[in-house]
Amino acid sequence: MTETAEPDFDVIVVGAGIAGCVAAYQLAQQGREVLLIERGEAAGAKNLSGGVLYSRGIQEVFPGFLDEAPVERRITRNCVTFLNATSSVGIDYQDTRLADPVNAVTVLRAKLDPWLAEKCEEAGVTVMPGVRVDRVLTEDARASSANGAVNGAGKDAGGRRVVGVQAGDDELRSRVVVAADGVNSFIAQDVGLRQKQPLNHLAVGVKSVVSLPQETIEARFNLTGDEGAALAVVGDCTEGVGGGGFLYTNTDSVSVGVVVRLDDLTAQGKVVTDVFDHFLEHRYIAPYLEGGELAEYGCHLVAEGGMKMVGEIAMDGMVVVGDAAGLTLNTGLTVRGMDLAVASAVAAAEGIGAALDSKDTSKAGLAGYREKFFASYAGQDMKTYAKAPAFLERERMYKQYGELVADVLYGAFSLDTQPRRHLLSVARRALAHSPLKMRQLVSDGIAGGRAL
Amino acid sequence: MKPLSVPERLAKNRFNLDEEESHIEVNQEIAKATGTGRAIVACCPAHVYAEEPDGTISVEYAACLECGTCLAVAAPGALKWHYPRGGFGVQFREG
Repeated sequence: MTETAEPDFDVIVVGAGIAGCVAAYQLAQQGREVLLIERGEAAGAKNLSGGVLYSRGIQEVFPGFLDEAPVERRITRNCVTFLNATSSVGIDYQDTRLADPVNAVTVLRAKLDPWLAEKCEEAGVTVMPGVRVDRVLTEDARASSANGAVNGAGKDAGGRRVVGVQAGDDELRSRVVVAADGVNSFIAQDVGLRQKQPLNHLAVGVKSVVSLPQETIEARFNLTGDEGAALAVVGDCTEGVGGGGFLYTNTDSVSVGVVVRLDDLTAQGKVVTDVFDHFLEHRYIAPYLEGGELAEYGCHLVAEGGMKMVGEIAMDGMVVVGDAAGLTLNTGLTVRGMDLAVASAVAAAEGIGAALDSKDTSKAGLAGYREKFFASYAGQDMKTYAKAPAFLERERMYKQYGELVADVLYGAFSLDTQPRRHLLSVARRALAHSPLKMRQLVSDGIAGGRAL
Repeated sequence: MKPLSVPERLAKNRFNLDEEESHIEVNQEIAKATGTGRAIVACCPAHVYAEEPDGTISVEYAACLECGTCLAVAAPGALKWHYPRGGFGVQFREG
């Protein structure tokens, strides 16, 4: 397809989050004219994550990342816990190897993202904060002359080609638009590239950042120096609603939150803030936060659909990256989004570069993005864990399993002057008293083995 | 330690309030008929929505944290929700 009117930029990126900043930076490094538009007062002002960032990918983009970027702590301790009302059973994995090389860091996005936007500016990107993109501009894809009519996007992408963006009264044109506007991605939905997601593909995360002295954090979480801990919790913490809770250590604060699946939350008629309060007040969670002061309260819609949610990520003149493309991954042990944002942005920048060089920015011309993403470790992980979301929807995960494991351990640890039985017999008895059935255990075990 | 109330939590955040324009609009009839009203009251972490004694849903748009959860659970036509104008709304300092 031939180019029509001379655009203002090679690429317009909408949204200065991780995906948008990395894409803009990489494209500027290729020598492209790039505009990065952000609706917040500054980059990061609208952005919120849990947030553990698996950092190897972003270190490849910015070799000085760990030393220069405002990261919080380097994760060397991962805990995964079944939290019941009055008991708790978990895996506590702490390993110095996770610090050398560094594998994951905690971040606070209102601090990290301005650094990324600054890197973009240094690379030559025009950064425009405080501007909301209302819609993308489209033209009839078959129009071959410069007088093709420009319209606000319709509901059907069929035959339409994205040629720029509209923000208020301003129209800005580019050869390619990158939709990096987050999980709600209004612009990709408006142009018909992406559809409204079913509720089982979405969760709401509610988070508090609680300030605590550095020494208190290190003592409570068994850390030294800039080491950090990531605690993932399932079970009673969400009052049985599908989802989980988390505690992540920052330098001098703790990020604490819950993430609950919207289909289950609405079906159970629970109030999301009650679920969060219940977690904060839990006898095994509250002590971590004792004496802390709330620094900020926030929330975020989370894509949980995995591979099923990805769908189309390119059309004539536009690609979607990061959360906007539904790129998140919950494997039960690791919860990922920001590293996938980096990987998709790197792939998109390569794909867009090739399309610009060949002067074909149609969907076919941009196909390199999809190919490169799914050839990357991140894209392959999306496929590997394609069955994980359906597995994690099994409701037994959020109530009965934690109680069963605690009952088995209680049988082992509570020396009540009765003669001991072998552990297997204790476990059988606990299972008999649990609402769980052996066939459910077998079914979940097989499904879990395949999905995770 | 008793958790803070939602308004106490929100008071810790920084907001640039758009005095001229609300970014949220509830269609009361559809919200009531579809159950969207109760659903958005329950799912909003900022308690933007409240059910009034007459059954209508009131909107405190200034408190919005802009997650989009309400729009995700709303029935078609029950809720108009978009981002505030550029530079307005919540401005995270931690994130």
